[in-house]
Amino acid sequence: MDLLQQLTQYAFSGFSTGAIYALIGLGFAIIYNSTGIINFAQGEFVMLGGVLTYFSLTVLRLPYLVAMAVAVAVTTAAGAAFERLTIRPLKSPSPLSLVIITIGGSIFIRGVAMLLWGKDTHALPPFSGNDPLTVGGASIMPQHLWIFGITLLIIAANKFFFYYTISGKAMRACSHNRTAASLVGIDVRKMVLLSFVISSAVGSLAGIIIAPLTMTAYDVGVMLGLKGFCAAIIGGMSSGFGTVLGGLLLGLLESFGAGLISSGYKDAIAFIVLLLILFIRPQGLFSKAQTERV
Amino acid sequence: MKRSAAAFCLFVFTVAWATLCQASQPIRIGALFSVTGPPSFLGEPERNAAQMVADQINKGGGIKGRQVQLIVYDTQGDATKAVQLANKLIKDDKVVAIIGPSTTGETMAVLPVVEKAGIPLISCSAGRKITEPVNHWVFKTAQNDNLAVTRIYDYLQKKKLTRVALLTVSDGFGASGREQLKAQAAAHGIQLLVDETYGPKDTDMTAQLTKIKGTKADAVICWGTNPGPAVIARNAKQLGLKLPLFMSHGVSSKKFIDLAGDAAEGVTLPSGKVIVADVLPASDPQRKWLISFVKEYQKLYKVEGDHFAGHAWDAMMLLKGALEKGDDTPAAIAGNLEKTKEFHGIGGIFTYSPTDHAGLTKDAFVLVEIKNKDWVLVK
Repeated sequence: MDLLQQLTQYAFSGFSTGAIYALIGLGFAIIYNSTGIINFAQGEFVMLGGVLTYFSLTVLRLPYLVAMAVAVAVTTAAGAAFERLTIRPLKSPSPLSLVIITIGGSIFIRGVAMLLWGKDTHALPPFSGNDPLTVGGASIMPQHLWIFGITLLIIAANKFFFYYTISGKAMRACSHNRTAASLVGIDVRKMVLLSFVISSAVGSLAGIIIAPLTMTAYDVGVMLGLKGFCAAIIGGMSSGFGTVLGGLLLGLLESFGAGLISSGYKDAIAFIVLLLILFIRPQGLFSKAQTERV
Repeated sequence: MKRSAAAFCLFVFTVAWATLCQASQPIRIGALFSVTGPPSFLGEPERNAAQMVADQINKGGGIKGRQVQLIVYDTQGDATKAVQLANKLIKDDKVVAIIGPSTTGETMAVLPVVEKAGIPLISCSAGRKITEPVNHWVFKTAQNDNLAVTRIYDYLQKKKLTRVALLTVSDGFGASGREQLKAQAAAHGIQLLVDETYGPKDTDMTAQLTKIKGTKADAVICWGTNPGPAVIARNAKQLGLKLPLFMSHGVSSKKFIDLAGDAAEGVTLPSGKVIVADVLPASDPQRKWLISFVKEYQKLYKVEGDHFAGHAWDAMMLLKGALEKGDDTPAAIAGNLEKTKEFHGIGGIFTYSPTDHAGLTKDAFVLVEIKNKDWVLVK
């Protein structure tokens, strides 16, 4: 295997893990953009997607597609319940208490999943075939193509929803100014609920399509959530291409870091870049600095 | 006269009652397992197996006519909790011996406690430092990592696959394996070309494997516990890596074959004998016990008995052997444990001595290859 082939493979590996991070990061960005909340339970929605699909597939013996639909539906319901039971009852939500609540929620969801479905890791069957595709001496799995495709689809749907529908525009209005939004007749609480519904659906979908590659267990949400969060931060919490680029960048850094420098420093390299970005460009790599209008 | 007769009756009655109590007083054995928490994959089967042995002993009339009472506490994989619970077992429950804890970290934390109190401890964790240097009160049943490494290296040396790439997980298990792999390499004429690591929760190791593919390595050794090695096997297949892939005993369970699927084919690993009990040659001295253990465990808990359950089974049986030989005082138990010779357990054949409290040789491991989703012994 010559160097060029190796480099191609590192790039492929980077892109394929990056796409996973991007997809998870999108969930963070959606809630942040409509409510200003950073939902640290997002990783658990990803976990629920995978674990519930496995459960429906093996215990309930549903067909694959139905199992996925069940998983998305149940996770979405869980997301809505999470918002109704923990976020909404808060009288004066400060960012700190919201963060602590979502972290508490994530620990709770993880615990319940462990009690219900056990601690074992499970693998889902791939959507289409298990034979790697070879391009220019480097290889990827067909499942990676599914991940790329679905990520693009979700971004497109997002863009459409947030810019061309009334509900989407209303959600953006809420994130800019809650008081003003409610003054023009937007039901802010409903919009917050809607954002949780959307992001838990996106999260569970991500969990399902990555499970054939990464496998799933009650505790996969922690690391995936963290990586997705990094992707969203690098991308400046945008619910579009910014986060996707952030995810891809993170994936590439990890893969080239592991391949060319040392795998021991793989995570360190990625997190150092994250810290640098937070120091130098806290608004993210791909968005303009916000200016306060006086 | 009447009064003294009454007093006499009372005296006789009291003495008789006391003797009766003495005879029926159960032998109290403590157990510390992380039944919940991250190492629960160890603690849960260990608890099950220990309870199974205790129930079997009691059903069979106890040890020298006395029942056994097993007191199990859950350490949740937390060393601080393990120390508190060890103190509780010794001071409140007045146990004569303790089995567990499940992990090396917890065992090392509990070690000074049992030493000070003079209570024998049979640990179910694998770390070498538990019994090196030897502590009079501390024994262990899990096989040392270095024995597994020796097994692989002996085989590689025999097959002349001397240029090796390492890929180890960055947790306690991987670090200890990596240390042994590096320490024993020279003695077996093995040259380590690559030394890469991965995180316990990593989901893609193609980068490390690509790097390995670019070198002249003859074989890859991966050291970790599920699910990482399953990901590595799948990634290796994806990259079309043709090198023989070796794994550690950390994945010697059916779970690994389930997770890795087709990619598990051809993977070779050292393993305790319990998973290959049915394909062992009839001459194997452990075979009889192994098969009965697997069956009994399956009947009770609906899953196959594994190595971890075996560690606790061994600990309980060793303790039973020591109790049958002598008194039930902690000092006598420790003394008799040390005299254990050729005990045919699940983890191997144990022979303890004043200088060896681990008791096993490299024969505790066999080398197995995965073929058609099942284990095949490698000769």
